[in-house]
This record gives sequence, C-alpha cells and structure tokens, in this order.
Amino acid sequence: MSAPAAIALPVEACDYRTQCEPVRARFERLKARDVALRVKGLGKVFRNAEGAETVALRGIDLVTHRREFLCVVGPSGCGKSTFVRILAGLETKSSGTVSVGGVPVSGPGADRGMVFQGYTLFPWLTVKRNVAFGLEENGESRHVAEREAAQWLALIGLERFADAYPHQLSGGMKQRVAIARALAMRPRILLMDEPFSALDTQSRARMQAYLIEIWRKIDITIVFITHDLDEAVTLADRILVLKAHPGEVEELIEVPVPRPRHPGQSLTPEFRATRARLDALIHPSEAEADGPADLGGLDMVTRMASVGDEVE
Amino acid sequence: MRAPQPRRPSDGDAAPVEAVAPLPPVATASPVAGRARRSWIGVARPLTRRRYGALTLLSFLLPLGLWAAVSYLPFLWHPLVEVTNPGDVAWMEPGMRVPRAAFSEEVAAAQGTASPEGRPANPVYLPAPHEVAVAFWTALTAPPPQRDTIWLPASLWHSIQIIVWGFTISSVVGVPLGVLCGAQPTIARLTEPVIEFVRYLPAPAFGALMVAILGIYDGPKIAIIVIGTFFQQVLVIANTTRRVDPLLVEAALTMGSRNLRLIRRVIVPAVLPQIYRDQRILLGWAWTYLIVAELIGTSSGITFFITQQARYQHFDNVYAAILVIGLVGIATDIALALIGRRLFPYVRGEA
Repeated sequence: MSAPAAIALPVEACDYRTQCEPVRARFERLKARDVALRVKGLGKVFRNAEGAETVALRGIDLVTHRREFLCVVGPSGCGKSTFVRILAGLETKSSGTVSVGGVPVSGPGADRGMVFQGYTLFPWLTVKRNVAFGLEENGESRHVAEREAAQWLALIGLERFADAYPHQLSGGMKQRVAIARALAMRPRILLMDEPFSALDTQSRARMQAYLIEIWRKIDITIVFITHDLDEAVTLADRILVLKAHPGEVEELIEVPVPRPRHPGQSLTPEFRATRARLDALIHPSEAEADGPADLGGLDMVTRMASVGDEVE
Repeated sequence: MRAPQPRRPSDGDAAPVEAVAPLPPVATASPVAGRARRSWIGVARPLTRRRYGALTLLSFLLPLGLWAAVSYLPFLWHPLVEVTNPGDVAWMEPGMRVPRAAFSEEVAAAQGTASPEGRPANPVYLPAPHEVAVAFWTALTAPPPQRDTIWLPASLWHSIQIIVWGFTISSVVGVPLGVLCGAQPTIARLTEPVIEFVRYLPAPAFGALMVAILGIYDGPKIAIIVIGTFFQQVLVIANTTRRVDPLLVEAALTMGSRNLRLIRRVIVPAVLPQIYRDQRILLGWAWTYLIVAELIGTSSGITFFITQQARYQHFDNVYAAILVIGLVGIATDIALALIGRRLFPYVRGEA
C-alpha cells in the first residue's frame, strides 16, 4: 500500500472484482478485525393511516468490521435513509436484529453518532458548546466537556470559531462541527445520512478529503449514505447497493481502488469499472421512469425556433 | 467535452419543420420594451430605513390628520351649534350645543328680539386634538381638581399591576403546560380538548363567580385576566412547541438527551424565540381583558377613571386615558422586541 506506483495497472477496462495485491491484503486484514456492526434479516414495514403497508426494507444482512468505511447507495426510495435511521435507533425495525459491538440496538445511544443531511447544530449554542453538548448529556461537567470540545475543535481546525454561533459558519464548516460533535462522544460507529449533499461541489470534495483524514486518525467505523456514486467510490471500502421496492441488498461491492485515495484516481480503470458497475445497478430503473435512456436519438420536443437559428 | 460534430445541412433540420405548422410567435405578446408591467405584489423586500421611518410616522399622522380635519374645518361635519350668546331665547345657555336645525329655527323666530349667536361645533363626545392633548398633559402632571376623582397615573399604575399579576400567574402555569403538550402527544390529547372547550367561554362570564369566590377587590380582576389568557396561552405555546425542528430533537436523541432534559436543553431553547414572540402577542390580549375585568366588583384602575370622566362628560379626559393605554401597550411591545433582539441574537442570522 505504501508504493501503489509499483503495481502495473491494466490499461484496458478491468473487472471491478479484480483487486490488486495491496487492496486484497487490506480487505483480508479488515475482515480479520472485530465485527463493529451486525445486521441480520432487517426489515421495515410502514403502515399508513388506512392500514396499507409499504415494505421499505426486507431481509438486509450486513457485517461491518471495526474501522471500515461503508457507503450505502441505491435508487431513490430504496430505504437507505430508513436503514441508517434504524441503525441510529431513531426508527423502529419491523423484523431482524441490529447489534453494535455485540450489543443489540434498541433506541438511540451514545455508541452511535449521527451526522444529518441538514445542519443540525443548535443555533442557540456556540460552536464549542455544540461540540460539548453530547458530553454534557452523558454526565460530564460543563468544564470538562468544554475542555474536551476545545480539543476536538483543534482537531478539525476550527478552534478560532469556538465562540462563534453556527449561523456565522459556512455550510462546510457547520458539517465539520457536526462531525466533531458526533465524534466527541467517542461512538463506535459514525452514521452519516447524505451529510455533504447540501454543499457545493468544491466544498464537498474538501469535506470528503477531510472525512477520510479524520477516519484514518480515529478508531471509528463509518456508515455513509449517499446518492453520489463518485462519492461512494471515492470514500468507501465497501459499498452496500440497495434496490428499491422493496429495499433489499442488491450487491455488496468491495471497492478495488487502492488507498490512500486521491482525486486523480477517478480516471483509473478500477475506479471506472466500479463506477460503471454502480451505474448499471442503480440507473436502469430511474432512466426508465424519466424517459428514453439513449439521449442521442431524442427527438420528442417539437421545434419552436426558426430554421437556421441553430445553437448546436 | 465532446468533439464538434460536422453537420450536414439538409439532414434532419429542414424536413420536419415544413411538416409542423408555424407556431404563433409568443414573443409579440410580451410588452413593448421599456414599458414592462410592474408588479406591486411580489416577494416582500425590506424597506429602506428612511422609507420605513416615514411610513411608520405617516401611519400615525394619517388618522391624526383626519381627526384634525373633522375638528378644525367647520364645513366638514359640525352637526351642532355651540351657543355663545343666547340672546332672548329663554332655553338657551352659553356653551350649550344644539342641533343646527333647532338653532336656525330660533334665529328665524327671533324677529325684533335679540337673536342667539353661536358657532358650528362637533358633538361633545368628539373633542379636538388640542383639547385632548391638553387634557392628556394635565391628567398626567396635575393632581385632580376634585377630591373624589382619582389621578390618571395612579389608576394606570393600578391597572398595570393587575395586568402583570394576571399575566404572570397565567404564564407560570400556561407556558410549561403548553411546552409539555407540544412535546408529548399523550399529554396534549389529555388536556387540549377540554382547554379548547373552555377557551370559547367568554372570560367575563366568570365575573360573578369570581366575585363570589375572590371578593370584590383585585382578586376577581386578576382572575378574569388569567382566565382570558391562560387557555389561549396553552394552545398557542403548544402549537409553537410542535413546530420545533425535528432534526434538532433527533440529533439530541442520538447524543443521549432524554425526557425532561431533552425539553430543557433542546426543545425549549429551540422554540424560545417563538415563545417569546407569542408571549408578546398574548400580553396584548391580556390588556383587552383588562377593561372588562376592572368593571367587575368595585370598578377600579384606568377603567374607573374612564367611566367616571365619561359620566362628567369630560370626553377629552376619556380620550387621554384611552391614548395612555395605547401608549403603554406599544411602549411595552417595543421594549420587549428590543430585549428579544438582545436575548436571541442568532435568530436574525438564521437562514
């Protein structure tokens, strides 16, 4: 893993299941670690007021190991948000079991931190007190909690903003504080529900690099929901692909892109093969709903501009 | 991106166009350049500072101007004649206001005897602005001329005490109960239907009952304000609490907050700016109950002052007292708004 340049990369498109030696070795080491999260036969059925039932999730099995980075992707309506909310304990499950570090999950708990899509910092607290919040809730004195919060702020490079209020921060900074706030309680698992989807492309790329940096330095398992397939390939060790109606596991992909990751890798055959596989798994059904997939032959819009006034 | 593709001119461009009927040119329907229709209604933008101030001033000056016009322009309304010199008319006295028709009848019937003189006047219940201004100043500064009448500041102070007590008692119970109802559906369902019912019972209807229970002095007055405020308060605060951002509550849950601690540390702070605003509005409602409350048992406070002055036909004093209530109300509200801005500096910055 220390010298990725030494490995000859195949020039032609490769199979996403082909792993080069360091990647394979890494996965072996990863799977030898303790189990952080075990999900068995997880199902969720929503019942509306009339008694009609919607199956959101069915028969989800998953094992993640300590310090793994797992991404969850799937078409809209596949229940990936429901999945992570059940892991967080914010939603009840209809069937199956979820255990974290061997302990069954029932309700929200400090062993699972969560970062939400929206900015959920408490607007009435300063940045430092936001980070200290979880510690105070778990019995630390305010003084100790704030001292620890200051250390976390130093870790994410926002110590200058310790006494600022959330509304004074940019979107990316807010999500960094939200991550620090979740991590401050020393959870085993960090659950992230599309945390960067509200950010612009550049901040998102920065935040991804940033999250990887944190993950490398802290003993934490990350379950990361996203609808951005490039993001999933960039970040994940493994990608859990769900399919919609009902939400079931389509495939669990081991990402063959070597670590450490960098933006240039998005052109490597491994990255593109994985990305192509994800596209094939997720997009067909969406394309059907939105119109013909082959945009080249698209001629369904009546011309309303003059002939000769072409733009393309 | 893509390499530019060479286009064959006659390929797929001209042929379908001939088949399609020419579309009506929508562009000609648009307005002539430079005369675009302006919309007065749109997404509201904040006014400039100057315009804001000017309009605020104007909103007071317009009704004042109307009042002044009706008072000072004799041709505008003035249905009566104020007698300055009764002449030989036996039933007239100086200062008397008589209908214009009756006055001109007497003038016509005078023939030989001294005819009465007078000037156009408004009814006694509509004093001119300057008379009210003088009465306002006198009522606030000078002690009352008669011994049995009460001083305006003293009666006002009494009224304010009633309001403060009533509103405080109502809030001490109503706000926590409202928050609890807003945070917990079971408690809400258990209390809100009956509160909804009681809310429609007019508070003054409890007047006689309150006098029987609490005596004739300040007790029943405070009780009426409590009754008038409390039930609305619980429902309003509960609805406000229900609008708490659920994501904030969920974030707190994942960090281990539970039950009362969750209410105290997350739900209440999250909705406190809105609760504060609700309280400002509710305080205004409490004032509206004051007048009724003060008529119960022994009449007291500003209402006693108003009814007493009206009995003596000192309508300038009546208007002065009404203005005082308005001024106290608006001053309180502005003060509370300014305090609110200091208390919740993060609210304005929130997107």
